[in-house]
Parts: sequence; C-alpha cells; structure tokens
Amino acid sequence: MISLSEIDTTVKRATKAIGFSWGIAEEVGKSISLLEMFGLPGLKNLNQYFKLYKDKKFQNVSLISKINSSKISYCPIISGINFLDQVFTLNEMNEIDFENVAFPILLIPFLSKSSEIIGKKIFLKIDQRKYLLNFNHSIFSNHLDTDVIDKATKVKIIFIENENTFSQNEWSELYTLSKETFVDESEELKQTAAGAGLTDND
Amino acid sequence: MEVQLRDPKIVMKLSKLGSFHQSKLSFLRSFLKEFKDWKYKRDLFELDENGHGRAVYSLSKNSRTYSLVCFANHIKDDERSDRVIATKWDTAFTLHDGVPTKKDLDRLFNDVPKQEVGRLSYKELTLSRANKSLRIFNHVVESLSEGRQPDKNKLFEVGYLYRTTAVYGSGKFGLADRFRIKNRDEICGPFRLEMMLVYLVREFTFDQVNHIARQKNPRKAVSLDKNICRNLGIGNSTGLGMAPFIVNHPTLLNNWILAREISLKKIREIEKVKDNEFELFKKNLIKSQKNITSWNTDSEFQKKKIFGLLKDMEKLINFINDDFNFKGKYSFNELYLWCEKNLKDECIEYIVSLMMEPYDDITNPLVKKMSADEEKHFNIPTQKNIENLRNILENNYSEIIKIDFSKKENNQNYWFISKNKEEPRLADRYLDYGSELEQPLAIARDIKILHERISNKKNSLSIGKFLMENNDLRHVVRRAFISENFPYSEIQDNTIGSKLMPIDMLRLKLSFFGAVKFDPRSDKWLRICMFQGAPLLNDLKSIDDGWIYNSLN
Repeated sequence: MISLSEIDTTVKRATKAIGFSWGIAEEVGKSISLLEMFGLPGLKNLNQYFKLYKDKKFQNVSLISKINSSKISYCPIISGINFLDQVFTLNEMNEIDFENVAFPILLIPFLSKSSEIIGKKIFLKIDQRKYLLNFNHSIFSNHLDTDVIDKATKVKIIFIENENTFSQNEWSELYTLSKETFVDESEELKQTAAGAGLTDND
Repeated sequence: MEVQLRDPKIVMKLSKLGSFHQSKLSFLRSFLKEFKDWKYKRDLFELDENGHGRAVYSLSKNSRTYSLVCFANHIKDDERSDRVIATKWDTAFTLHDGVPTKKDLDRLFNDVPKQEVGRLSYKELTLSRANKSLRIFNHVVESLSEGRQPDKNKLFEVGYLYRTTAVYGSGKFGLADRFRIKNRDEICGPFRLEMMLVYLVREFTFDQVNHIARQKNPRKAVSLDKNICRNLGIGNSTGLGMAPFIVNHPTLLNNWILAREISLKKIREIEKVKDNEFELFKKNLIKSQKNITSWNTDSEFQKKKIFGLLKDMEKLINFINDDFNFKGKYSFNELYLWCEKNLKDECIEYIVSLMMEPYDDITNPLVKKMSADEEKHFNIPTQKNIENLRNILENNYSEIIKIDFSKKENNQNYWFISKNKEEPRLADRYLDYGSELEQPLAIARDIKILHERISNKKNSLSIGKFLMENNDLRHVVRRAFISENFPYSEIQDNTIGSKLMPIDMLRLKLSFFGAVKFDPRSDKWLRICMFQGAPLLNDLKSIDDGWIYNSLN
C-alpha cells in the first residue's frame, strides 16, 4: 500500500512538474492525501486531470463570485485554492455556484479545509452527488463510487449556519432523562454539599 | 532576573547551527530514558557460521511491542558502499509494530534487504541498512575466536562495528504514516523509532560477532567484553539527503531549537547554583576534554574546529579555576556571558549543552515539546494583509533581505532531486545543467523576491487577494506567516550561496539526534557515531544519564 506521506510527496512533485508553482503544489499534495484518507478517489482523478492538463485549456477563476460560469471548464485546483484563500469573504455570500468544473472531486479537500477555517459545515452538491464537509474532520456523502468524474455541469456550495440538527423539544426530552442520574438533595445537603461557606459576608 | 531568549538572527546562522552538540535534549538520550523500563528480549537468532541469517529483538511494555527484524547477508567486498547508490548491504533492518508472524517474516525477508526498491507495510515503522567496518569487524572476530579481547585502541579509533547508511521512517516506501502512531506516549519525541532501531541494531552487532567467533573456534572463543561493547556505538554515514529536512519542516525545527533556547534561558535565570550542580557541570567538562581527543577526522575543516574547541575548553577551565566564583548569584549566566565574550561558537554551544546536564527538571518537560503538528500551521492566514506580511519580513528576515542576489556568489548553487536515487543534491547553477528544476529550498532568495514584490502593494490588501496574482511565491508567504509564531523556524542564511557549508545543516540535525564524533568526508557528507558509551540493553534499567561522557578511551 502506498502511504499518505508518499502520496503527498509524489503529488507535490507531479503538480510542480505539470506547471503549477511550488506553493500550489504543496497544497495539492496535502489535499490529495486528505482525499485518500477520507476514502475518496483523489489520486485517480488528479492523474486523469493531469493527462488532459497540458493539451486542453481550463479556466482559471481569480475572484470568485456568487455565480461563476464559463464555457471552458474551470480548473478545480485554481478554483479550490482561490476558494480557500477567499473563504472569509465567500462565507458572507452563503451560497456559491459554479457551472462547468473539471474533475470536481479535486475541489473537495479545499472546501473541507475551508470548513475548518471558517468553523462552519459546508454542503457541496456536484450535479446529483451530495457531500457534507464537517470541519475537515469527516465527509458525509451519498456517493461512494471511486470512479473518475471528469466534469460537473453544476456545483453548488452552501455554508451551513451552526445550528443543531434536533428540535428544542427533542433536547428537553433527553435532558429530562439525563436528570435521572442526579441526587435529590435534602435541606441539609443543600447547605453543605457544595462546600462553599454558608454566608458570604466575610 | 529575566534573561531573554537568544536572538534567532544569531542562533539560526548556519555557522552557529553547525556548531551544535548533543545534549540532554538529544533524541537518542531521551529515547533511552523513556524505554529504560521496557522488557528486552531476543526472540529469534538464526544465523549460520558466517553470521548470515535472521534475528528478531523486541522491546515490550504492557500490551505494546516493537520488534527489530534483522537480515544479515553475504555481500562481496566490492559491493560494499556507504553511498546511497549502493544496492546491497551487509545487514538490513526494519522495526515492526508488534510481534511479527512467520508470514510477516517471510514477507520482510523478500523486501527489507532491497531497501528503497522493496515495499513495506503499515505494520513497519522504520527501515535501515548497515555495513560492517570491515577492518574492525574482522579484527574483533579474529581476536575473540582466538580467545582474547580485541585491541581497544584499534576499536575506539573507529568506535563501532557497523555503520548505517540510511534510516527511513514516516511513510517512506510504504512504512506506517506518522498519523497512525503519533498519539503513543512513548514515542512523543521526534525520531524515537529511528533511535530505537539503531539502538537495537547495536545489540545485534555484538551478538553477531560473538556468534561468528564461537562458530569459528567453539573451544577457544570468548565473548566480547561488556565494557568494550558499551564503548562501541553504531556509525552512520550521512549525505545531503538530510539537509533539506530542516528547511522543509520549519515548525519542527523551531521546536527543537526553542527547547534548547528555553533550557539555556532557564539555567541562566537560576539565582543560586547548588554545589552538586556545578560539580557535575565541571566533571563533565573535564571528561569532555578527554573524549574530544578521540574524535578522529581527516577533514581540515573539522580538525580546526576540534582544535579550537579544545583550546577554548582549556581557556574556560583556567577561568573557572582561577577567576570564577560559582557561589555568586546567577553564576551560570555569568559563565555564559564570559563564554560569549571569550570563546568561539563551537565551544559556546558545547558549554550550553553541558550546562543542561544537572537540570532534568528543566529539560525533561521540554523533551515532550520537541515534536510538531505541522498540518496545524500549514494554512496561510489569507485574511491578514500586506502590512502584516511586510512587518514579518522586515522583522524576522531583516538580514536576509539585505542579501544582493544579483551577485553571482549569492546565487551560486541550486538544490535538486537526483533522478537516479530520488535524493536531494546540490549543484553549481553556472556550471551544471538542471537548475530549471530547482527545489524550493532557496528560501532567502525567494523571501527577498517577496519583499520586493510587496513593496508597491497597499498595506490594506488582503493576503488572499495578493496570492491571486502571486501564487509563484505562495511557498514563502506560508513560511513567513509560520515564522511569525515560530521564531526559530527559519535558517537565517543563504542556502544557495557560494560559501554554503552543507555539512552545517547536517550537523545541526545530527546534534539533535545525539550524534558525536563528527567526521566530515567532504563538505557534503560525514560520518558520525551514535550510542557510544550507552548502556547495553540488559543494563538499561539502571541507566546513568551521564553515560555519554563516560568514555573508557
């Protein structure tokens, strides 16, 4: 088995070899090993992307807007890096749409890191495939195939506000149950068990 | 009294870093202390009459076991090479996580001797190989088989029976990634598993010579004297492969140096140095004088350093005996200041290491802080602005940005990865081809370019926006922000200049390993010795931490 460390190093070098800067190559090395750690097919997608990269033109998005559309497929690496770099301003837009992204799986690690930086979960929809990116700790998805996805027509990214997944009522019910581990104090215990003084006039 | 940490712009100069020596913080010493109460066992020893075959040694505690798997092979004399281009070695080793099964051993038998072209699994932690010091090895076998101990002078001139030529870890060639094991308490210090491998290899080398001697002459052979064993370590040949490591791991480098600097600061802040503390310092100083005379080298560069070190030590001892009163307040601070004024770096840094010896209470907690979670500091804080970046560059790299890179001599070299061995190399930009494939290790030059690039940018421009057009400098933007929080993360020198001594970079790393007897064979590689004087595995329980000064030379 190839270790994550080997993936990081080799991907970094390959990314530089294909024409990206060393700084971007460092990011891509870490990103692909992150994808592989999460069990997503990062290396396979990157390899296919690089096979096309030299001969085909890809769109480099600089300043990301709420809606980003291009006839030429967006480069997932430059899009991902710029998303990461601009995440504080993008967060204020709540939802961001991309149309026509090449090898969109490669966007995921940059969004996953962004989720950690901004402290919010990020919902990602790549055509019909859904991903929930949880602070760069885990990725929840309805899509477990390890195939190469060479293109996405629509990519939607939503910053999810920090809200509970349960209702107040559900919380109260569980809280009430948890209280059954507590001891009902006698009057005497109320006076003495906390250990504090009985008067605070000293 | 509060003493300031030493200025990174002085400490992080390569000539200073290249003068560092082993100390209580060194990884091999902290490894021995951590594992002193682990149970040692020789689980397997299947060698033929020539010492070829396999062996397994283990260290265990509670439910954890680490096993060294050794393969000793026959190679022809003309196949024996310390260079990384070698393809065969006298011995090959791996440290296995747990107890290897028969199936594991068979798998390892096929792959471990192949080293870089073999494949290991997540169950293996480190990988290494070693060659005999043929002259010494044969002399020892010959002597023991004839019923006598070998000539000590001959032995200690070299200091080991075997030298390793590489020790790999952290995911290389399929080995376990660091993340799998990083939460284990016993390996919280850097390079613990590499140290464990080398230490266990040392034990194997003694067992092997004893075995061969016995096979050769069963009636007459004697075992190698334990005191002689203790005074033999494991050699190591190290080339440029190690140098980029300290550039590529800025937070880790910071944590190593910071631990040393905090130790020194705390020692200088001790108001009253106790008699026994000063006595220990002085005792080790005197012993060191003797030890240092056994550091043999043909390198004029190193000979000069050793000569200067001995001369300065004598100067210091005279000062201590004639003019110094350690009973005064802050006496280690006084002594340090005297050293700074009167001695050269090589000796100053030796004394810094010696000053730590009496103070386990200062050094032990710092040992635990010498690892780094590098991923945590990888992201660039893109919400910050150019003013923040400019301040960092002008404060933390003030000397670097003065270097004139239009001068040929400041731009002389470039670092590249060799296609043949996938190892870092250094070449002359103006004589050799390949500089277009330069590795990103010219940090000083790129920082200077970054400083120039931001000179006409608005202070309020965010780093995120700056990077949109300047991703070619992304690698140094990242480093600059790391240096903001990690003052000792950056070498304050030009790593591509004509005056670069790459062995300074190697020496820095090796000193933290705990290596001694630096013997440069050129400005790009050197030999060293590890664990010479260290307790044997069976004596580890009663380890005396000052073993490194107890040479029997």
